[in-house]
Amino acid sequence: MNQENKNNENQENNTPEVINLQKVWLVYNNINVLEDINLAIYQHEFLGIIGPNGGGKTTLLKVILGLIQPTKGEVNILGMNPKEGRKYIGYVPQYCLFDREFPISVWEVVLTGRLGQRKCGKAYSKEDKQKAQQALDIVGMIESKGKQIGKLSGGQQQRVFIARALVTEPKILLLDEPLASIDTPLQAGFYELLERLKEKMTIVLVTHDLSAVSIYVNKIACLNRRLFYHKSKEIRVEDLEATYHCPVDLIAHGIPHRVLRKH
Amino acid sequence: MFELLQYEFIRNALLAVLLASIACGIIGVYVVVKRIVFISGGIAHASFGGVGLGYFLGVNPIWGIIPFSILSALVMGLVSKRTRIPEDTAVGILWALGMSLGIVFIGLSPGYAPDLFSYLFGNILTVTSVDLIIMLILDLVIIMVVFLFYKEFLALSFDDEFATVVGVPTVKLYFLLLCLIALTIVVLMKVVGIIMIIALLTIPAAISKQYTSNLKKMIFISILLSAIFGLGGLWLSYQLNLASGATIVIVSGIGFILSWFGKQ
Repeated sequence: MNQENKNNENQENNTPEVINLQKVWLVYNNINVLEDINLAIYQHEFLGIIGPNGGGKTTLLKVILGLIQPTKGEVNILGMNPKEGRKYIGYVPQYCLFDREFPISVWEVVLTGRLGQRKCGKAYSKEDKQKAQQALDIVGMIESKGKQIGKLSGGQQQRVFIARALVTEPKILLLDEPLASIDTPLQAGFYELLERLKEKMTIVLVTHDLSAVSIYVNKIACLNRRLFYHKSKEIRVEDLEATYHCPVDLIAHGIPHRVLRKH
Repeated sequence: MFELLQYEFIRNALLAVLLASIACGIIGVYVVVKRIVFISGGIAHASFGGVGLGYFLGVNPIWGIIPFSILSALVMGLVSKRTRIPEDTAVGILWALGMSLGIVFIGLSPGYAPDLFSYLFGNILTVTSVDLIIMLILDLVIIMVVFLFYKEFLALSFDDEFATVVGVPTVKLYFLLLCLIALTIVVLMKVVGIIMIIALLTIPAAISKQYTSNLKKMIFISILLSAIFGLGGLWLSYQLNLASGATIVIVSGIGFILSWFGKQ
């Protein structure tokens, strides 16, 4: 990468920074949606951002992706502005908002991830098709490639959307509420998939569900307009209470599953 | 029946139905899957301003309609994408504004506007050879653009935010799609009229969506259905001596109801 990136290197562990937000504010109709967000995410981290619905999680992801312009502050993706840097980001948007009857197959959905790699109007190349094939293999959905996307279960659709994000071979994966559509017994399998992907890329996962951030994430932040982040996997009761604006009881699940510090 | 074909206006009407089926079969599919029915209705009505402009300038109204409908498509796109005015509000305003401009232009034009009603309600029996050539050219433009940007339009319709993130120029493509809708409106205007155009942009596509999960097949089925409804409506209007545009729309509507019950 470039000079700027080297300058951004984390002193403590010497891994390069991939996402950096400085003093980011977003004000919409005189309402603060995001307040003074400072966030540095380093290569190969798996960051979980939790917070209540309406706390600005999806908005924060869209600011990182350059889909929403912040009112104030700086956003940096691999030393570039978001509109440049987002080609290195695999985006898995919040499931749910698409038409189940939409006439599109799994294969076509995954290939759309390759559209930015070519001039507008050119046909998909052999390489595009190989990458799509590989991505469907990774998420274990290759046998469903001819099916209409709406005919799959929620968890399967989520896997297809991850495959669509993977075909660009991103350095960063952003997932918005990826577990909302997956039944609890199947969530472990989903985390195992992310665990495998973690070795190749930085992952940022956003969710309102406290129990969804499991042993697999290695950093946790809380977001409710403001971001509480201590560059660790610990969450403090104070932060949670500040985030959710109400007293929170923490339950730790024994040492191997401990995501919350002793209290 | 076949002896009717010796009349030029009947041959023109049949050709017009077939040319219109191509445009509305292709573009109607995007209108339906991308859920831009309302904005399309808005463009159709606003382009009445172009009819008025044509009369005012004393030229064939089609030369007023083409630029005016493209302009209203672009203005609606710009207002809904670049301002905070909600899209449906913007469409509601421009819809009526375009029509009222048309009425004012016609009022300012000298003399009487002879075939005004054929633009509002359609009159397929007045289609001229010039109209047919323009329809053919516009059809070719639509086919070429959709052939070229098929994948991009698919991505845009399915998930435009994701397409933007991977680097597809979604805003430009959306404007291009709105322009194609404007051209489709020009093609359909003489067949069913400005007021009923939206029926041909939605009904055939909505029926075909029930029978296939592939966008290309959906386009072909829509073209076929549009042709069947168009020819069926035309025949019925001749037999029963009814207005052709309205009869085509009613036949299409009955087709939709039957297919919907058939699927339940």
